Amino acid sequence: MLLNVIENLLRSGLKLAAPLWLTATGETFAERSGVINIGLEGMMLAGAFAGMIAGYYSANPWLGLLAGVAAGALLSALFGALTIYAAADQIIVGAGINLLAAGLTGFLFRRIFGVTGAALTLAAFTPVKIPWLADMPLLGSVCFEQPALLYLAFAVIPLAAFVLKRTHLGLAIRACGEHSAAADTAGLNVLRMRLGCVLFCGAMCGAAGAYLSLAHANTFVEGLTAGRGFIALALVIFGRWQPWGIFFAAIFFGCANALQFQFQALGSGIPYQIFLMLPYVLTLLVLIFARGGVKAPGELGKAYRRG
Amino acid sequence: MHRITVKVPNQMKRSFTTTLQVLATPGLAFGVATMIAALLLWLNGYEVLPALVALVHGAFGSTYAIAETVVRTVPLLITGLAVAFAFRAGVWNIGAEGQLLFGALTAIAVAPMLAALPPYLRFFLLLLCSVGAGGLWAGLAGWMKLQRQVPEVVSTILLNFIALELVRYAVHGPFMEAAQQFPQTDPLAPELRLTRWLPPTRLHAGVWLAPALALLVHLLIRRTVFGFNLRATAANATAARFAALHVARIQLWSMAISGALAGFAGAMELSGVTYRLYQNFSPGYGYTAIAVALMARLQPLAIIGTALLFGALENGALAMQRQANVSAVIVNMMQGLVVLTIAVAGALELKRKT
Repeated sequence: MLLNVIENLLRSGLKLAAPLWLTATGETFAERSGVINIGLEGMMLAGAFAGMIAGYYSANPWLGLLAGVAAGALLSALFGALTIYAAADQIIVGAGINLLAAGLTGFLFRRIFGVTGAALTLAAFTPVKIPWLADMPLLGSVCFEQPALLYLAFAVIPLAAFVLKRTHLGLAIRACGEHSAAADTAGLNVLRMRLGCVLFCGAMCGAAGAYLSLAHANTFVEGLTAGRGFIALALVIFGRWQPWGIFFAAIFFGCANALQFQFQALGSGIPYQIFLMLPYVLTLLVLIFARGGVKAPGELGKAYRRG
Repeated sequence: MHRITVKVPNQMKRSFTTTLQVLATPGLAFGVATMIAALLLWLNGYEVLPALVALVHGAFGSTYAIAETVVRTVPLLITGLAVAFAFRAGVWNIGAEGQLLFGALTAIAVAPMLAALPPYLRFFLLLLCSVGAGGLWAGLAGWMKLQRQVPEVVSTILLNFIALELVRYAVHGPFMEAAQQFPQTDPLAPELRLTRWLPPTRLHAGVWLAPALALLVHLLIRRTVFGFNLRATAANATAARFAALHVARIQLWSMAISGALAGFAGAMELSGVTYRLYQNFSPGYGYTAIAVALMARLQPLAIIGTALLFGALENGALAMQRQANVSAVIVNMMQGLVVLTIAVAGALELKRKT
């Protein structure tokens, strides 16, 4: 019985966590290169919408994923052009991107599917069972009986950690975020490096959005992302700007989020709204009490001007 | 000793050209947003002109339309002031939405406790509680920034969600109406409501308070020592620190005052417009407020104008949705475009100066 509860909790926690760690990993690259992107929510929403449209008309979820990634990257290209090349304020542009994406996707969605937004059914990603591994007790069904997109999302974390920590590229990215003038002197193209990171961030947001519409909700509604982009922003700090830290932070958050379903199913006397609040409160508490003196990248939020 | 010569400019001429300059950027931003929105409508096969006519008519076409536009403007104006106040101090308060909700929730919670007091005192205390609650909610984020180095962008957003869930819990649970039918609170007692001037419209007696507040915030920023310190902190925190200003304390207070303003907006909306609290009490006033404040270049008096503009847009968009079948959320897109244009214009201006 208890094992069953834990299994269910982990399985739904993991499903809820995947879009969070994808987005937060993208944001980590942007922030490590010195750019804070609070437009994550908007970029995810664009990805979810584009993913849904492409998935709906092609009946192929992989094309949907591709469209989602493209939409996220496109929006982040706008973000990057304005913040990196025109040196506009990153916080303000990010807030603008969120408004823009919410309006644009809402408008187009109602244009295409009617004012009420008729319930859509999509050809979504279905769970893929990995032979043998899925038969393991407990972890089997948690880790190896999930949509294919989730396996890809798993792969992102070690890759991101490797690139950031063990490669020249990662060193260059971190240099741009810690001391851009020094990075420039050392021959790095700070602006291009930052644009690259922002584009990667947008692509990851788009993938996470497509995950939401094609592997999680299997439909699209206005405001589908429901604040996940902002949570990812908090998870980057929670995870201390490290891919593995973010991975575990996202799982922690996902499981806290999944608790509500478990408790509703068990029929405890605690009102479910408390559990809706729980993930946010926990994240806030973690940010307050568990920083451990880890500092943000030195030039986070500052535009770089040569001169 | 250096002799300082001061050239006295032609006052009239100067004020005229600066007025033009001041209006140029927001005007450009609005023009860009309108053009892109119109283009989008056209591309999607809508008839652009009738849609825009429906929008303008819905915002200003009748006494009722105008009154509702003003009603919509009030919370945008006050939360716009809240956002501008924090931004002016260099603190990114993205949490006006949560502070507004927490203020309104507190008002609902304390209203029954004040029942024994005389009406005017009750109303005053109600406002005070909302203001205090909003200030506290924002102050929490300020404290986290100063003591625990948690960026306020993140904490205020998290606090938005927590406030929203608190409201959801309250209207489903402890504060649900006596009839237990809908997830909403019972209406405020009649003596706690603001008088309506023009029934059946919802134009209430609190309308004049919003522009008065704008003037007050303007004076606070321009004419007081605190306001000077605040501007100094935002302009260059390091320099302010060397001038022996207590930068941390100034930022904390700016955050708290910003939240207090947002909390006040919540109380106004509650006692002037809705009387009840429910989950969708605020259609994102606190987020639109960011666009309102930025378009006004964070100038409190200019916020009167930009809040009216967005109030009219949002009100008119509802009419446009009914008559031309254009989704009202297109206004969000326009707000986003305004914010982006203003951000770029600000950066270019800075580049020209340096």
